[in-house]
Amino acid sequence: MSTIKIRVKAKNDSVEVKALIKHPMETGQRKDSKTGETIPAQYIQEVVCEHKGTKVMTAHWGPAVSKNPYLSFRFKGGSTGDTIKLSWSDNNGQSDSLEAEIA
Amino acid sequence: MNHKRRLILKGSATAGLVGMAMSAGLLIPRHVLAAWPKAAFDADNVGDTLAALGGSADTPESGDIKIKAPDIAENGAVVPITIETNMQNVESISIIAENNPAPLAASFELGPGAEPYVSTRIKMGQTANIIALVRADGKTMKATKEVKVTIGGCGG
Repeated sequence: MSTIKIRVKAKNDSVEVKALIKHPMETGQRKDSKTGETIPAQYIQEVVCEHKGTKVMTAHWGPAVSKNPYLSFRFKGGSTGDTIKLSWSDNNGQSDSLEAEIA
Repeated sequence: MNHKRRLILKGSATAGLVGMAMSAGLLIPRHVLAAWPKAAFDADNVGDTLAALGGSADTPESGDIKIKAPDIAENGAVVPITIETNMQNVESISIIAENNPAPLAASFELGPGAEPYVSTRIKMGQTANIIALVRADGKTMKATKEVKVTIGGCGG
C-alpha cells in the first residue's frame, strides 16, 4: 500500500490538492525511554508535485513537520481527468510516489 | 597547520553562517538532496534562518500575508498552520517557529501555476512566534503570529 493518501479536486478554476503521508518524521532529538539511546533522525526532506511534467510545488521540510504529515496547496491550469504525481523522499534515501486523477 | 586549513574549508562550505565554527562538530555528513536548503534548516536561531532564506530581522511585515494558526495549541506535536497571501508572483513560502531547536519547519517553492496558499502541520517545542516568510517578485516579506503551546511536541 502506498504511504500517500491524496485527494485532488478541481474548484472553480483552481485545483486543490490535499495529501497525507505516512512517515515517522523522527527529529533525531528524542531518546528511547527504555534504552536511553537517541532515536536517529528520519524525516521527509522533499515533496514534489508534478502536473503534466511541470513541478507545481516543491516542499522542503525539516524534522519539525509533524508525524504523518498533512499537506495542502492549490494550483491553476489543471482540469478534471488530468493526473498529478506526488512524490516524497527522506534523509535516509527512502521515497514513494503516487499518481492521482483530478476529480 | 593543515588541520586548521581543513576547518576553514569546512566552514566556508556551509555558506559561511555565523557561529558555524562552534557547531562544526555537529555537522554530520548525510544524504542531502541538491536543492534542499541545508544551511537554512541547520540554522539554530531565527536570525540565521532568515538570513539563509534571503531575509533578515528587518524584513518588512506585510498585512497581505495571512497566517492561520491556533492561538493556543494544546498539543505541540501537531500545530496546523495555513499561510495564504494575495501577493502576485509568489516564489516561495517558508514557515518558521521561533523557539524551535531548528526554527525553519518547512519551505515551499511554488511553481508558475501554484496559488500562494499552503497548509501543513508542524511541531512546536514551546510557545513561540510563527513567522511566515514570503518571497514574491524577488522581494521578501513576512508576517508573525504567536502560538501558545501547552504541551511541547519535541519531548519523548
